[in-house]
Amino acid sequence: MKMSNFEIVAREDFSDVTYLLEVRHPLMAKAAKPGQFVIVMLNEHSERIPLTIADFDRRKGTVTMVVQAVGKTTMQMQQECLVGTALFGMVGPMGHPSQTSRAKKVACVGGGLGVAPIFPQARGFKESGAYVIAILGFRNRDLVFWEDKFRACCDELILCTNDGSAGIKGMITDGIKLALARHSDIEEVVSIGPPVMMKACAEATRAAKIKTMVSVNPIMVDGTGMCGGCRVKVGGQVKFACVDGPDFDGHQVDFDDLMSRLQRFTAAEREAKDRWSESCRMTKQIGPGVSPRGSPEIESRSELLDLLNDAKGG
Amino acid sequence: MAKKKTIRSIPQERTPMREQAPQARAKNFEEVACGYGLEEALRESERCLMCPDEPCISGCPVGINIPAFILKITEKNFRGAYDILTDTNLLPSVCGRVCPQENQCEGVCTVGESLEAVAIGRLERFVGDAAIREGWTNIPYIEPNRFKVGIVGSGPAGMACAADMAKAGCDVTVYEAFHQAGGVLKYGIPDFRLPNEVIDAEIDNLKKLGVKFECNTLVGRLFTIDQMIGEMGFHAVFVGVGAGYPTMLGIPGDSLNGVLSANELLTRCNLMRAKEFPDYDTPLPMGKRVAVVGAGNTAMDATRVSLRLGAEKVYCIYRRSRTEAPARAEEVHHAEQEGVEFHWLTNPASILDDGKGGVLGMRCVRMELGEPDSSGRRRPVPIAGSEFDFAADLVVYAIGTNANPIMGQTSSLKLNKRGYIDVDENLAASVAGVFAGGDIVTGAATVIEAMGAGRKAARSMKAYLGIRDAGLPYLNRSGTGAGTLFGIDTRERNFARVRVA
Ligand SMILES: Cc1cc2nc3c(=O)[nH]c(=O)nc-3n(C[C@H](O)[C@H](O)[C@H](O)COP(=O)(O)OP(=O)(O)OC[C@H]3O[C@@H](n4cnc5c(N)ncnc54)[C@H](O)[C@@H]3O)c2cc1C
Ligand code: SF4
Ligand code: FES
Repeated sequence: MKMSNFEIVAREDFSDVTYLLEVRHPLMAKAAKPGQFVIVMLNEHSERIPLTIADFDRRKGTVTMVVQAVGKTTMQMQQECLVGTALFGMVGPMGHPSQTSRAKKVACVGGGLGVAPIFPQARGFKESGAYVIAILGFRNRDLVFWEDKFRACCDELILCTNDGSAGIKGMITDGIKLALARHSDIEEVVSIGPPVMMKACAEATRAAKIKTMVSVNPIMVDGTGMCGGCRVKVGGQVKFACVDGPDFDGHQVDFDDLMSRLQRFTAAEREAKDRWSESCRMTKQIGPGVSPRGSPEIESRSELLDLLNDAKGG
Repeated sequence: MAKKKTIRSIPQERTPMREQAPQARAKNFEEVACGYGLEEALRESERCLMCPDEPCISGCPVGINIPAFILKITEKNFRGAYDILTDTNLLPSVCGRVCPQENQCEGVCTVGESLEAVAIGRLERFVGDAAIREGWTNIPYIEPNRFKVGIVGSGPAGMACAADMAKAGCDVTVYEAFHQAGGVLKYGIPDFRLPNEVIDAEIDNLKKLGVKFECNTLVGRLFTIDQMIGEMGFHAVFVGVGAGYPTMLGIPGDSLNGVLSANELLTRCNLMRAKEFPDYDTPLPMGKRVAVVGAGNTAMDATRVSLRLGAEKVYCIYRRSRTEAPARAEEVHHAEQEGVEFHWLTNPASILDDGKGGVLGMRCVRMELGEPDSSGRRRPVPIAGSEFDFAADLVVYAIGTNANPIMGQTSSLKLNKRGYIDVDENLAASVAGVFAGGDIVTGAATVIEAMGAGRKAARSMKAYLGIRDAGLPYLNRSGTGAGTLFGIDTRERNFARVRVA
């Protein structure tokens, strides 16, 4: 009885850097709940990287993740994870599922990569009868995805882009302010995205004392509570995100600590990525590329680092 | 048997084992202790007195028939020695390397009363390694039954239980959360102490018995123990998930970026092979001056791994004195030889911030030994005004681990106050058909104790399933006739020898 061979059955590219992978794993599709995550390994030499479950289909027996190509592993995955290929490993679902509370009106806030995992939560709230306001933030119009999916299951959608190329121009906090101005009776906010964004989000709701849940995603190794690498400070206490989280009360999380801990391996990560991009360039020059899609070139280094920092915690 | 040996007639000196020179080995991950060759093993085996009262057997947590296997070595019947070892010990190559023999068999060896004890561990390793080299396995005739057994966790406890249940004819599947099987043997204990090939060889032996391994499977979350017993149709389940949840000190500076658990350091290095970065993708925190807190095996491994990763200075900080250090004596000795600087009776007070989220150093306080505490060890008490600072850029905590919370979060198994699984004297847990053993029951212990627990649970499981278990489950069935007298197992004449766990 082999669990799964982690075959990729569907893939969608949302932008140059964002892609969706749907993996066959019937048992996991059956067990997965909103808010949980998986750890994947591309090949035997890869890192174990945590990815939040963006969707699951019990009938088809598949689990979906949305990935941003920001570091060596995710860039390599972008190149190699084609339909019909398989991951080396995928373990999960990990972490406590999100608690879909009985709140009657909720705002589901997703920034960048957080847009994908906030989706099952929004759907969950809708199914339990809540009025759901989705607030989604992207850098620009080209990066927007799943707008229709959200429209289909939310009562309201506030789209924010940094440059105003879609929806309102502004940060996600502007979207939250707008929602709070329109509705004085929002009972709960759920926020997933880069730590800076979740921090801002928690600050925006602190004064009004609106319950705000965030999903943290620190650097992980095992995901089973065995290394302590994923520890975060919540209400002054040390918690392991993989077994105690990943959802915590946003008003209690020490985001500065989280952001600082995410920088632990920046130098090594950059080295790995540079080395890898270089070898891709070489292969391309030498002859017919091994890569079917070509290596994803990103224009400026600083943009990449931005993305890197964004994606962590996403 | 030859003429009776006496303490005077045996070789007086314990046969040394060849080792890589400290300077050289501190730079590589090759195995430190090279193991006995033929001549050395033969010589050392001559040192055993074949004591009639066999104190060493009672010193061994699983009751290996030590004089009998050593006798086979003296007779150059290594296969015979292997058969005797594997009657009780599934992993001779592993245990010969990592057991704390000085507190077990060798600690009570008669020879040790006047000379250095017989090097039982080294002889065990010699035989185990010969078996791997020669491809010996003891695969008994297995009569399949209709029982399906699930094992959660692939550490020594899970492996031992799996082996016994497979030998009893059950259809056994081992589930492991990591992408590789082996538990602490794989992710914790470094290659220079226990090479991966040794573990893989032992796992292959299990596969030959028909045991199936399913890695990448987080039991509790992918499916629960209750589901295993229920809809998945397992007749019995053994839980051996270990106790890896690392303790942090809880002092100022704990969450700085240069502070990590030994488990994280070792997992990155051993399992994820970060030592081969960038060939493998997992990065490692690099330190020039590394301070490891604790003095157990985990701490020794962390110090020695740090040296091999290129640290210039490695300190070991322990609040008690050397005599209380829980590590195997050989590990402390090896670490010392390799240049680790030990600070006994020293307790960390805080970790100093470099202002950029990293570690600048550590503030410690000197301790002295006071009255004995509940564990019988003299309690260390701080010496007032003895604080001092020193520079470090990486701090590794190896101060113990706790029960992993996942089983408790996802099952109805009863836990004790400290979060470990509650079991009765037969290792049965609170849910019918579920057994547990190893670190998740006892708290962090040893490989051999975990293995013993796995075997003990297997016995109970057989009783629970109604599988006939004559009380002689570990007979030598290799067909060599060794250990039998006119076809009657020697142990049937002498029940005293049957000792399991
Ligand atoms: C660094 C280090 C060095 C050591 N050195 C020595 C030594 O020299 N000598 C000695 O005798 N002992 C030593 N020990 C202790 C010894 O390794 C342990 O006591 C022993 O491994 C415990 O075995 P176990 O089977 O109970 O658990 P483990 O070996 O911890 O195995 C448990 C396995 O279960 C898996 N698991 C956990 N949760 C789940 C889940 N929910 N679903 C599926 N799988 C799961 C884990 O990934 C792991 O692989 C050392 C320990 C460490 C950490
Ligand atoms: S106690 Fe020592 S000398 Fe006596 S039988 Fe055991 S190993 Fe041999
Ligand atoms: S990822 Fe290792 S403890 Fe959470």
